[in-house]
Amino acid sequence: MKKYTYTDKKDTRSGFGAGLHEAGKRNENVVALCADLVGSLKMDAFIKDFPERFFQIGIAEANMMGIAAGLTIGGKIPFTGTFANFSTGRVYDQIRQSIAYSGKNVKICASHAGLTLGEDGATHQILEDIGLMKMLPGMVVINPCDYNQTKAATLAIMDYEGPVYLRFGRPVIPVFTPEDQKFEIGKAWMVNEGKDVTIVATGHMVWRAIQAGEELEKLGIDAEIINIHTIKPLDEEAILKSVQKTGCIVTCEEHNKFGGLGESVARFLTTTYLAPQEFVAVNDSFGESATPDQLMTKYKLDPADIVAAAQKAIARKK
Amino acid sequence: MKHTISELEDIASQVRRDILRMVHAVQSGHPGASLGCADFFTALYFEVLNHNPEFDMNGKNEDLFFLSNGHISPVWYSVLARAGYFEVSELSTFRKLDSRLQGHPTTHEHLPGVRIASGSLGQGLSVAIGAALAKKINGDHSLVYALLGDGELQEGQNWEAFMFAPHNKVDNLIASIDYNGQQIDGPTEKVLSLENLQAKFEAFGWHVITSDGNDMEGIVKALHYAKSLTGKGKPILNLMSTQMGYGVDFMVGTHKWHGSAPNDAQLESALGQIKETAGDY
Repeated sequence: MKKYTYTDKKDTRSGFGAGLHEAGKRNENVVALCADLVGSLKMDAFIKDFPERFFQIGIAEANMMGIAAGLTIGGKIPFTGTFANFSTGRVYDQIRQSIAYSGKNVKICASHAGLTLGEDGATHQILEDIGLMKMLPGMVVINPCDYNQTKAATLAIMDYEGPVYLRFGRPVIPVFTPEDQKFEIGKAWMVNEGKDVTIVATGHMVWRAIQAGEELEKLGIDAEIINIHTIKPLDEEAILKSVQKTGCIVTCEEHNKFGGLGESVARFLTTTYLAPQEFVAVNDSFGESATPDQLMTKYKLDPADIVAAAQKAIARKK
Repeated sequence: MKHTISELEDIASQVRRDILRMVHAVQSGHPGASLGCADFFTALYFEVLNHNPEFDMNGKNEDLFFLSNGHISPVWYSVLARAGYFEVSELSTFRKLDSRLQGHPTTHEHLPGVRIASGSLGQGLSVAIGAALAKKINGDHSLVYALLGDGELQEGQNWEAFMFAPHNKVDNLIASIDYNGQQIDGPTEKVLSLENLQAKFEAFGWHVITSDGNDMEGIVKALHYAKSLTGKGKPILNLMSTQMGYGVDFMVGTHKWHGSAPNDAQLESALGQIKETAGDY
């Protein structure tokens, strides 16, 4: 197992804030909108340097999505910022009609996704957003794994023409990917090559998959770990190649098992290469209030759960 | 004036014929408010807008128009065609398979003149505000126009937008309300009362003007007046009274023709009341 270490721990939302600031410097067409959550979305640096390109919308997310769509007419590249719940479910029809169907170059940037939002509880912990967004024709869905990757993804979507959903979160987690990485939309990132089981993970679950890989190594299991930062378009080639080698797969996501990464992988594999698959995901449930770590344990998203799922998948191989 | 009032009235007459024939041909669509807004659209595209039928999505340095109540697509399609955005003959494809003239307007099929999809109500004003903000950032002094239905004002997103535009001094925006008092299930005052719209908009901080949307001279004057009010720190709202079904005696003033097509005899009777001025498509 390749050794992963980290010297720093940061939140992915800060990676977005840094990326947005850099995007603002690189391209004068970049504009940002926020629905009364500037501090939570780490937009302060952008606002300080580019006040004329920032729009405080107030607590009016539907209006924010429409204004963002309108700003593209005139060549702007709008980045909207609010919590994942208010970025998707609350404004689904606005995104569907004014952005996705209209083919507008809007970047929907969503923080506080998943259980790791913590104590605020289920009203704010959306676990359905990946499903909602990937269902929209033409929508790109990205869920990067750490600070550096979120920053790189923020810059990459600036250069991509079309609607994007960028999902990130609140917890402070290890920064283990390179600072100078090039982010390629739709290109999976090989974390560790192995031969016994494929583990694909997205977002905060990638670091947990690495921890699981280290535990599996102690058990004599050689896990291949892949970071699927782009859920749509899915890097099918990378997944197929890996599963053809290992013969089984575990999908890991901080999301409902309905509609998430796991289902995208299953949809692909059932039509190409049948292999046992296990899901590490929330089992059709809402979240609740507690610390992020307590919730990840209760809802079975810990490294130990990935280890157990890997063992189960291996046992199901014929 | 680019056209005399009488010339504009003739164009609107042909537009009304187009609307009826389009809706009749596929036995679906929304003739009522389309007829009611024929004068407004004609005034806008043939007199008021500084626009280029050589369509460019970004529309830099030209006036932009956004239709929020997308179901009145027949009137918009007819006016776009008559203004030169595409061939008038394409009106015959309305609502048919593989047409660019979808039931509700969309950018998806790249119909010239349309910059956003609309149909799911309440979204157009937000988009128009975004386009107006882009013009301001770009140093583009042309204007943004929007049309909203009155029934559609029951959608909450409109009021988010009504709050936003004055606070942010979006004064390069002229929003008109098709104030016909009707919606699918009946008069708005029965379905869900809009109460005193003028007072509401004024309280939100808009510069409100009123107009008669079925009087060509009146609507042209109102839109020119609205233009003169831009750039003064407030968005402008044109509360425009219209009659649903205007121009056809049996369609006037009732919600019954909101979304129903005339049959053959009704079409004949309706066309008999409206002069063919520029040749049917």
